[in-house]
Parts: sequence; structure tokens; C-alpha cells
Amino acid sequence: MHRSLKEEASRDARSHERAEPSSEFGVASSRVDVRGTQTTVTAASAASPRIASGEEHPSNSPLSIHDMTVAYHRKPVLWDVDFDAPEGRLIGIVGPNGAGKSTLLKAVLELVPKASGRVTIYGAPYRRQRRLVGYVPQRESVDWDFPVSALDVVAMGTYARIGWLRPVTRKYRDAALAALSRVGMADYADRQISQLSGGQQQRVFLARALVQDAKVYLMDEPFAGVDAATEKAIVRILHDLRDAGRTVLAVHHDLQTVPEYFDHVMLLNMRIVASGPTRDVFTRENLQKTYGGRLTLLEQAAHAMARGIANSE
Amino acid sequence: MSAGPGGRESVIGAACWRGLGCGRTRVVGLLGALVIVCASTSAAAQASFGRSKSLADTRLELPSAAQVADVLLLREYNTRVVVIGTMLLGLGAGVIGTFLLLRKRALMGDALSHATLPGIALAFIVMTRFGGSGKSLPGLLLGATIFGGIGVACVLLIRGATRLKEDTALGIVLSVFFGLGVSLLGVIQKMDTGSAAGLESFIYGKTASMLVSDAKLIAGAAALTVVGCVVFYKEFSLLCFDESFARSQGWPRLLLDGVMMAMVVMITVIGLGAVGLILMIALLVIPPAAARFWSHRLGPTVLIAGGIGAVSGWVGASVSALAARLPAGAIIVLTAASAFVLSMIFGVRRGVLVRAVEQWRLRRSVARQHLLRAMYEAEESGAAAAGVGEGALLRARTWSRRALRGGLRRARSAGEIEPGDAGRWRLTEAGRAAAARVVRNHRLWELYLVTHADIAPSHVDRDADELEHVLGAAMVEELELLLVRDESRAVVPASPHAL
Repeated sequence: MHRSLKEEASRDARSHERAEPSSEFGVASSRVDVRGTQTTVTAASAASPRIASGEEHPSNSPLSIHDMTVAYHRKPVLWDVDFDAPEGRLIGIVGPNGAGKSTLLKAVLELVPKASGRVTIYGAPYRRQRRLVGYVPQRESVDWDFPVSALDVVAMGTYARIGWLRPVTRKYRDAALAALSRVGMADYADRQISQLSGGQQQRVFLARALVQDAKVYLMDEPFAGVDAATEKAIVRILHDLRDAGRTVLAVHHDLQTVPEYFDHVMLLNMRIVASGPTRDVFTRENLQKTYGGRLTLLEQAAHAMARGIANSE
Repeated sequence: MSAGPGGRESVIGAACWRGLGCGRTRVVGLLGALVIVCASTSAAAQASFGRSKSLADTRLELPSAAQVADVLLLREYNTRVVVIGTMLLGLGAGVIGTFLLLRKRALMGDALSHATLPGIALAFIVMTRFGGSGKSLPGLLLGATIFGGIGVACVLLIRGATRLKEDTALGIVLSVFFGLGVSLLGVIQKMDTGSAAGLESFIYGKTASMLVSDAKLIAGAAALTVVGCVVFYKEFSLLCFDESFARSQGWPRLLLDGVMMAMVVMITVIGLGAVGLILMIALLVIPPAAARFWSHRLGPTVLIAGGIGAVSGWVGASVSALAARLPAGAIIVLTAASAFVLSMIFGVRRGVLVRAVEQWRLRRSVARQHLLRAMYEAEESGAAAAGVGEGALLRARTWSRRALRGGLRRARSAGEIEPGDAGRWRLTEAGRAAAARVVRNHRLWELYLVTHADIAPSHVDRDADELEHVLGAAMVEELELLLVRDESRAVVPASPHAL
């Protein structure tokens, strides 16, 4: 862990050299302070020589992103993202609107083209490791008026395993039903999906990812627009996943709950502002760098930090 | 592999039967109504049977019962060919149209069918140049297919290469290709090589001229489409529902979309001769749209769409056989449209009628619960045994005097309240028990909101009023376990805010 932090810091320094003039991103003053949270490491990394790209990433990381840049219509959305996910952790991806959080997940999944960079899942490219990755898209990304039941949607998580042109047999339906009951939705299996509440729809999506039995889960705002009970249920499942050694990356919006839900956090605003264990990285100054002058959000963060500190003591 | 699709077919069939369940009798009724609608259409349109009549003859003349029976029961060979051909066309179009609609590509079918016209014209020109008759159907259909494909490619190209939206791209391609086709037809008219008459039938369709070979072609295309949709059922449904999830799982979007569009092209091109390129889109879109009112499941929706398409084809072709002046394509589309209107009104899933009844029932039940709660709370806060007056009830909630009186009347006939002294009302024993249940649910919910959702108690009442009626028994059970200690389960908890 210590090693990877060190490397992260040294890469940070390099990527800053490469990056465009910082005024473009409106974070000019923050650069040097990124590593302020890792002061013990910074001194060492300052002296360390440049390492050739590719050697610095541990090959067994559940998700390694190497110098990834993503652009829409020539406008960069993500710039030089470099990241190694620690295995068996709950990682929150936090940042303001338009920071590229969803784009990051989509680029990893090859749903949007990368302008440059490389992504590996346990040391191999994504297209060879699809089975290991579960994806929960944003709930709004689909038409919930579609004529399928909750069970049908969950069963879609098994389609890749079933393979081309074969029907969904009882075995897979049972697996889907088990996943539905794991999210507390077994009673709703036959409901048409438009008759479910927002929270229930989100649980169906989660169940579809669970039935994949993946090792790495990428979730795009799993807590968006869900009720309190669903949020609790989802958090419990995320913790179960982590305890079973799975790695979960989730885009998250509510700063208040970050310290409570996530062990690790990636602060993102078109580039990674900071990433690491929540208690080290989720600081007021890092949030200021991520969110700029959005004061109300900072207020939230202040509460969150107070709570986070109280929790950790 | 061979066992796979067959097994699925039976699964879909069973699911459909289950899904139809209560709607089965309605479907039968619907079919009956369709026949009646179309028979009356033929009457209203001053139909005349037989071709010996002069064009000036506009006398209203209905076909005899025997003629109707002949056509409907397919006794005549020619009619049989035409009717079976159009039925199969409707079936295939309804089935693939369902996926087209769910993929939100309905208008793509329209652009596609319009884009076939220049292909037909060019094929004619090329074939006559090389000494052929120019009217060889396979040749014309090949031209149509090629240009249909080019049209779709143009739409995708315009959308991908520019930042124009899909509807703009569709509008451009549809009109430009159709214009090109019309110009080429003009060119053909001027050519001295043989007659071009008959090419226009691809625009409006000419069912009556269908030959056995055409019907066989349609049957083949419909069978291929149905088999294709059964085989790709799982893949298509995934792609239509959640494209990005499908792609993240490694399903090739382009290939699947290609297979789907190929089937659409095939059905469209085959259907040009029967219903014409302008109306073909209706057969792809209307039956699936109507089917959606009858089922919430994909399998049954596909089957019902196919069924509505087939019935439309059957009725349309029959009516046009009985009344030779009515073009079959138009009648087929109108039949499908009647099916759509009927489905919209009577559909068991999202029909207007069903929804209105549900809404009405919900309002009734909400009003009843409000009344019971108002009575119970009035008694609870110490109203005399004499009962509660109308004035007090009126003040308890924002409801009109008329609504309140209606509620009181219904509650009385349900035996939940009885008249007390001086125009006051009292809860009966049964009414009190019911009211206690309602109030208990309500307060459990309030407690839940107060303790779990950080909502100020003063804000809870309104929310709870709306939500408690949506709350099922299972949730109430859960709340009880959560909030009420075992010994107090039967007791109505006190309201968490001032009454």
C-alpha cells in the first residue's frame, strides 16, 4: 500500500508536468497541495527517478488505469487519469457535475472511446476480462416502461454466461431470483419494471450485477434518487461484497456519507485530484480543490468530516 | 441447438397464455368488433362488388352474405392466396416491428421503405436495358433491398458524421430518396422500352395482383423473421432494453442491430407490393403499439403484435376483395388502426378504461380511509358518544360537502357508521375496527418517516396521507416489527404530532 501511494505521488508530479496550462481547469493553486495529505511520501517521491510507464502498476490490481485521456468532440473530459484500485475495497468516486465520473466508468468498460491510455482488469485488457466485471449503469439510462419483469431484467446479468442464441433456462432464472431476494425484492419478481419505485428499480439493477458474480463492480450513482431504506440495503450489500473480497467502485454524490460508506475515495474533477484511503484523502483542502468555490457543498463536507472523524475515533 | 429455439417457443407460448389470462375473452371480443368495423367501412364507402360495373356506377351495393362468407372462409383460390399472403406479412411485420419499436427506431422503417423507390426504378431501367422484361419481381426487390440498405446507411452516416439528430437525418433521407425515385419513374415514363405501368403499385401497393409465387415469398420472409426473432429473442431484448449494459457484456451492438435491421428490410421490401412503401411503416408500428396495451411482458407483446398484424392483413385483404375499389393497403392500415384504438381503450394493461377505473377505485378507497380516520380521531379526542357532526368532519380535512356526504352515504351502506343524535354520525363496531386499522397503518407510517427519514413531524401528515394508501400489508408488517414492541402490537400508537 505504502509503495503504491509513493508511486501515485510520483506519477502525480509527472502528469502535472504534462498537463495543459492549469488555468484551463481552474485549479491552478492546488497542484502542489495534492500530495499534502501524503507528506511522508512526497519527500521520497521527489527524489525518485522517473519510472517507465507500465512497470509501475501492480499487475494483479483489480483495475489499473494508465494515463487515460477521454475526449468528447475534441474536448477533453478526463485528462491523464492514472489509478490503481486496491483489491477488496469500497472505492467512492466523488466530484462535481461534469467532472467525468460516469465517463471514467464508461471508458473503462469501453463504452466511450479513449483518446489515449490503457486499462487493465487483473492485468489483462477489459475485453478479455468481461466476466470479472459487473456494471450498474445510471438508472435513468434505460426506459423503465419496457415490457419486462424485474426477474427478466436480473436474468439479463446471466446472458453473457448463457451465451449466443440459447434460451434462459430454469437454472439461470433461479440464480436471478436468488439475486433478487438478496436485495430484498423477491416478492416483486413478476412486477413490470415501471410499477417499481425508484429505489426498487435501483435494487433490480444491483441484483442484475450481483447475479454476474463479478470480482470488480462499477456502479454509476447507485444511491441516486433512492429512499433511505434502499440506501441502507445497498450499503449493506456493498459491504458484503467487500467482505467477500470484491472490489467496488461507485460514483457517489452525497459528500456527507462518503466517510461512512467508503474505505477509499477518488476525488475527480477532469483529472484525479487525490485518491487513497478516505481518512487521508477526504480532507477539506482536497475537497476545495475538487469543488472549487462551491460553498454549500463545502459546508456539507465540513459536516461530513466532523462525522468521519467522530466515527474513526 | 435445434432443441433450443423450440423450447423457447413453448415457453413464450405458455407465458403468453398466462399473460393473457383475464384478457382472453376481451381479445375474442376485439376480433369480433374488428370484423364489424371493417364490414361497415366497406358499406360506407359505396362499395360495389364485381368489376363489370361501369365507373359512373356509384350505387350503394353491399356484397351478399354468400360473397362475404366465400371471402372470409377463403373458398376462392385467388382470395386464399392474397389473404394468406397479407396475413403472413402482417404477422412478420408485427413481430419484428415490436423490436424495432422497442429499439426506438420506428421511423427508421419509414425512411427505409421510402428509400427503396429509386432502387425499384433503377432495377427496372437496368433490366430493360439488358433486354429483360423489367418487371421481374426478384430483380425489382433486389434493387429495393440495395437502396433500402443505402438509405439506412445514409441515416447512420449523417447522424454519426455530423451533429444532426436522428429525426433530421431521417427526414432528409426519406424525402430525398423518395424524390429521386419519383424522378426516376418520370424518366421511365419517357423511355420507349415497354410499359412501366405497375411500378406505381409499389408506392400504394396492389394486393389483388398477388401471385402464388409472391405469397410464397412473403411466407418465406415471415417465417424467417419469426424464427429469427425467436432465436435472437434474448439478445434483442437485452439490446433494446439496455444498450450500454449489453455492450459492456461484450454483445456486438453493430452485428445485432444489423441482423434486426436486415429483418426489417426483408419484411419491408417483401411488403412493398402488398401495402406499398408509404403505408408499410404502419404495419411495422401500429400492431406493436396496440399490443403494448395488452401485456407487460415482451413475449406476449410480440405474439399479440404478430396476431394483430395478421388479423389486419386478413381483414384488409378480404374487404378489398369484396369491394374492388378499396385499395387493400389502406384497408389493412385502417384495420390495424381500429385495433389500436380498441386496444387503447379496452387494453387490460394500460387501456384508458382500465386506468380510469383504477383511478376511480383508488379515489374511493382514499376517501373512505380519510372519513374513517377523521371519525376515529374525533372520537379519540373526546367527542361525545352522541357522535360527530358534519361540520366537525368538514373542518377536519379539506373536502367538499358533497364529497363528504357521498362518503358518509357509502360508509353507512357499508355498515361502518350509523346515525347518532341530531344529524351526527357514530362509528359502528365494525367501522371502529376498520378505522382502528386505518389509523394504525397511518401512524406507523408517520412514525417510520419521523424516525427514519429525518422529516420534521409537522411535515409528515400530508406525505403520509398519500403514501399510506400505496403501502402494502408486507410493509406494514415490517414497520410493526421495526417500531412497535410486541406487547403493544394490537394497540394503536399515539399520533406523533398534535392532532
